[in-house]
Amino acid sequence: MPKELIRLSNCTMAFDDEVVLDNINLYINDKEFLTLLGPSGCGKTTTLRIIGGFQMPTSGDVFFDGVRINSVPPHKRAVNTVFQKYALFPHLNVYENIAFGLRVPRVEEQKNEMGKVLSRRKVKLSEKEIDQRVMEMLEVVNLRGFEKRRVTSLSGGQQQRVAIARALVNKPKVLLLDEPLGALDLKLRKDMQNELKRIQKAMEITFIYVTHDQEEALAMSDTVVVMDGGKIQQIGTPEDIYNEPKNAFVADFIGESNILDGIMRSDGVVEIFNRQFACLDSGFEKDEPVDVVIRPEDVDIVPENEGQLKGTVTNVTFKGMQYDIIVDFYGFKWLIQTTDLSPVGSRIGIKIDPDGIHIMKKSQYSGMFGDYSSYSEEYEEISDAAYEPGEDGQEDGDEK
Amino acid sequence: MRNKLSWFSAPYVVWMALFTVAPVILVVIYAFTAVPPAEGFTLDNFLRMKEFAVVFARSFRLALIATFICLLIGYPLSYFLAKEGPSFQKIAMVLIMLPMWMNFLLRTYAWMSILENNGFLNRMFAALGIIDLGNLINGGLNSLCASLNEGVLAWLNARLGTALLLSTDRATDMTYFRMLYTQGAVVLGMVYNYLPFMILPIYSVIIKLDNSLLEAARDLGASSARVFRKVIFPLSLPGVLSGVTMVFVPSVSTFAISKMLGGGTKLLLGDLIELQFLGGAYNPYLGSAISLVMMVIVVVCMYVMNRFGEGEEQAVVL
Repeated sequence: MPKELIRLSNCTMAFDDEVVLDNINLYINDKEFLTLLGPSGCGKTTTLRIIGGFQMPTSGDVFFDGVRINSVPPHKRAVNTVFQKYALFPHLNVYENIAFGLRVPRVEEQKNEMGKVLSRRKVKLSEKEIDQRVMEMLEVVNLRGFEKRRVTSLSGGQQQRVAIARALVNKPKVLLLDEPLGALDLKLRKDMQNELKRIQKAMEITFIYVTHDQEEALAMSDTVVVMDGGKIQQIGTPEDIYNEPKNAFVADFIGESNILDGIMRSDGVVEIFNRQFACLDSGFEKDEPVDVVIRPEDVDIVPENEGQLKGTVTNVTFKGMQYDIIVDFYGFKWLIQTTDLSPVGSRIGIKIDPDGIHIMKKSQYSGMFGDYSSYSEEYEEISDAAYEPGEDGQEDGDEK
Repeated sequence: MRNKLSWFSAPYVVWMALFTVAPVILVVIYAFTAVPPAEGFTLDNFLRMKEFAVVFARSFRLALIATFICLLIGYPLSYFLAKEGPSFQKIAMVLIMLPMWMNFLLRTYAWMSILENNGFLNRMFAALGIIDLGNLINGGLNSLCASLNEGVLAWLNARLGTALLLSTDRATDMTYFRMLYTQGAVVLGMVYNYLPFMILPIYSVIIKLDNSLLEAARDLGASSARVFRKVIFPLSLPGVLSGVTMVFVPSVSTFAISKMLGGGTKLLLGDLIELQFLGGAYNPYLGSAISLVMMVIVVVCMYVMNRFGEGEEQAVVL
């Protein structure tokens, strides 16, 4: 039975009447890797800053280990942060950056049996202890031998490791990571994902991770919290989020999706384009309008006369592992991923297995996503809600 | 491969050659040239330097005090200013810069009329009853006021460890605080004129400090005082160094301020040099030698300071 460590209860955050977080309820378990995922401006960074103590919620409560910590300042929380741009101290070398938290004198309280504070004294770690802990951390992040280097002379990935070591050296119960891999190139990002996962397992602490990169979220997390518009859209394991998206926003944001209007005719039967398909979902009203999600990889291409639906290929993109083809079905364009090439202009049929069809209740996001008619070479970015022109993976919209 | 646009820098190169490089070369040549009617290379001009040791010491002492006071005022001001809202910052910046839009001499003249024996300040003191002009002339409260005066001075001197501020040569009737024509007035003039040069570099460094650095320090457990000591101050040192440079260098070589506010009796280096070129003691050879020595001392000071600062951050451009 996992132990609850942090709880946000009815947290709302507003800056000058602009609601950034809207009544967030969330609990985070001990030793969990939890990711806050969403497009810029969705409130994920604000949520992280509330947990870190850099911002106080306008209303609502934050609990840590059952204790309300709304007004506890950052330096008194058992939480440390890895900042978006690392925020390493440029005037200190690698060693001193990591030792920074260790050199802060701690207040040690002596209490009597009744729990009353008898005396307080400041305790400093000895140089030997500091040295030992710093070296330990350098080992954890694989930076042995870099102690004396200036942080400005390090590569992005190395700086990232220093930032992680610096945040971990005080042995926090929770590590907050604000888009820590945003500035790294793809290859390094993949390596660091594994690295972070390994560190989290080794240190046995809770990681709360903020990102707008859904792949990263799926690959690393125990729990993913999908956010948009200051609200939590869905909480679940990566598999849940991918396989059973709660609404069109989640379906679109996580992976590629064709999202169609459908009507539930009965349990296990959904009607799309006036054709009935078998599905596994039940519990809807009879004839209830729904959103239907079909993942591009769940579609089988068959000869035209064998298909449940028939359409024309309008675009083909070679992606290495597969072709991404756009198929026009009765004016609605689908994205289908296939390993067999179907040339542009050819007529094809498709089949969809019942477990490839996911039914969602209609929501405010219905009709906003899932149509690939605006397809272009950049369709991924256009269909990805996180994409903002001129933005390079940084999330500035959240920072106030 | 050279940029064709580099030709646009030609006017400046010519300017610099004519008005910076050439004069420095001339100063060096003059400094090593014997005073006519003697001729040729000599070190005599430098050997005479010990006559002026007092002037050197006084100049450097006053400039150091002025620099220190500027730092004392300028750093907290810059620090708190950088934390204010942008509109307040704009207004404050205009106010800090405002005096600099007026001529340097005019500003200094204004101080003369403020500090004069029957100037603005002394009249205000009289009006407030701190010194009573009438009674003092009568001699009635003379002793009281004199002791007050001395008390204030003793306190100031004890606090600042100097005997410089508001030195009152009470030679004649003590009917006022003697402020003008004191070394304190000279220091005041330096501080007033050069304070913006201290504020601006410090302010511009602090305003650019990445807020996430401060948050990171807080996050790692540092109290506000510790964040300041361990992060903000070390990172603002480059601004402090260039501020100190920009106040110290003009202070140590000033002559207008000491002439106008110091009365020109206790010479500073600037006065001394001016005398050699324009004054009765006409001796450009000696003047060049003094200039050269001063330049060398200043450059060495700045070099040492920048080396000292390099440990913390990159060197400051002079």
